Amino acid sequence: MTGHRSAPAFLVQGVAGGLVLLAALAIGAGVGETAIPPDVVLKAVANRLWAAGYPVDPIDEGVIWSYRLSRTLMAACCGAGLAVSGVVLQSLLRNPLADPYVMGISAGASTGAVAVSLLGVGGGLVSMSAGALAGALLAFGFVILLALKAGRSPVMVVLAGVAGSQLFNAITSFIVARSANAEQARGILFWLLGNLSGVRWPDVGLALPVVLAGLALCLWHARVLDAFLFGSSSAAALGVSVRRVWITLIGASAVMTAVMVAMVGSIGFVGLVVPHAVRLVAGVSHARLLPLSALCGAVFLIIADVVSRALITGQVVPIGVVTALVGAPVFALLLIRGRAT
Amino acid sequence: MLTAETLGWGLRGRAILDGISLTVQAGEFVGLIGPNGSGKSSLLALLAGLRRPDHGTVRLDGIPLPAIPRRLLAQRLALVEQQAQTQERVTVRHVAGLGRTPHLGAFTPWSPQDTACVDQALAAVDLLDLADRDWGSLSGGERQRAHIARALAQQPELLLLDEPTNHLDIAHQLSLLDLVRQQGLTVVAALHDLNHAALFCDRIAVLHHGRLDAFGPPAEILTPDRLRRVFAVDAVVDTDADGLCHIRYRVPRRPAVTAAVATSVEKELTRC
Repeated sequence: MTGHRSAPAFLVQGVAGGLVLLAALAIGAGVGETAIPPDVVLKAVANRLWAAGYPVDPIDEGVIWSYRLSRTLMAACCGAGLAVSGVVLQSLLRNPLADPYVMGISAGASTGAVAVSLLGVGGGLVSMSAGALAGALLAFGFVILLALKAGRSPVMVVLAGVAGSQLFNAITSFIVARSANAEQARGILFWLLGNLSGVRWPDVGLALPVVLAGLALCLWHARVLDAFLFGSSSAAALGVSVRRVWITLIGASAVMTAVMVAMVGSIGFVGLVVPHAVRLVAGVSHARLLPLSALCGAVFLIIADVVSRALITGQVVPIGVVTALVGAPVFALLLIRGRAT
Repeated sequence: MLTAETLGWGLRGRAILDGISLTVQAGEFVGLIGPNGSGKSSLLALLAGLRRPDHGTVRLDGIPLPAIPRRLLAQRLALVEQQAQTQERVTVRHVAGLGRTPHLGAFTPWSPQDTACVDQALAAVDLLDLADRDWGSLSGGERQRAHIARALAQQPELLLLDEPTNHLDIAHQLSLLDLVRQQGLTVVAALHDLNHAALFCDRIAVLHHGRLDAFGPPAEILTPDRLRRVFAVDAVVDTDADGLCHIRYRVPRRPAVTAAVATSVEKELTRC
């Protein structure tokens, strides 16, 4: 049960989690075409944060601070945000296959992105990310309206998500087929599969607060999410304002996911696999499940990013390809294991 | 005291419940009977405040349900639904512990009192020994008892049960109803078995086509005439020395089969 952890144990686990995350960040910032040892990474960060004055090669310092650290932090934000969204959606929709993209968010984001980059929507004043964000929220709104019209049950939400995704994917394909040349099509494909290459500090400045706020909001509802174990009417009978919780938490997941997708494209399987894997180890209590999923998602995506940079020398594999290559077999294993028990 | 005033509720233009008025007194065990589709579950959902009636009001101690915050309502009223299931791997104790939800705020830590309350609820349904068992490994009866433990952990004044004895063997059906009665709570239970309703209920409400056909003590309610009209069965109702009703159902005999059995028995006998 939720509260059987004592406060000191909670603190120890929190500190341990923080250390794991810091280690992952140091590794993420250290590994690359020029390997930089972790102590140099820490020194470079210290120099930048509080002018510690360690003697560090300025090129190394520049690479770490301006390029790798922002990128690694972004990977962590994405992983955490997608994993937390996955936990929330799986609990509220009571569907083990629900993931952050189930609400049509990534489909809408790609439509928004191609509308801006290929059709010139916004007349050059709107960035591709802004277009993607608008598209994601538009698709989410469409799916929610459809689900409400179709009968509000969790199954209907998932089906409406499938319908919405298909629709927006079709629009994307139509725009690409009509307007894109081969070079643009390749660029779009690369973006769709997840791409952390262009990430800079301002992106992190948006993603980090969004994820932290989202995680805090979900943690605030941890006990309420536990009450959905036997479905929404059972939760209502336990005193949960089901509609308010649905709007708040599904909305929060949608915003988190939309912001991530808008900046780095849709990275699959993190939001689906990480919550399942964590649930197997940590149980169903959300007070434990949410922070652990955030941590695991963050670390998983940092490592996936490192692998995507290291897999082929001199070339970056889309990170979505790496997560899917790892995620799909893990998910298959989980399915088989789930059936056996 | 739970009061329903001229409740009406429908789904997609079809009336499910119509003009239902009844009052449940504190400490009373009220049985809700009626054929399939007569609106028992829907009425329980309205009484629990899970659905808003299209017409009429449900009041708890005079206050309309919508005016009571959900969490406060859940501290006073618990509902055990029909067959609520989960695919997750949870223990019996975790399920019973959910009953503490309305008593705990977002950041209220779990206290030893909560543990004691859950233990007490598990003990009441005789599940303390199985507290750490996995939900998936439980029998239907054990799951039902776990749900009731969850409801008891809510420490309600009022317990609403939707066919609590479904899928249980007869011993468990009787012990479960007895257990519920012993809690000293106000109970409204939808029941399928009319004899169980007669045995355990102080009063019985009969639903027929979404209307309240009758509401009163078992001996007044369970008459052969009403059973024929509402349930379409032929029955004899006996009343024993304690004033309890017992219903015996009568089905038409099948003379052809009986005759065939008799002749085959005769043949067997002559052969010996």
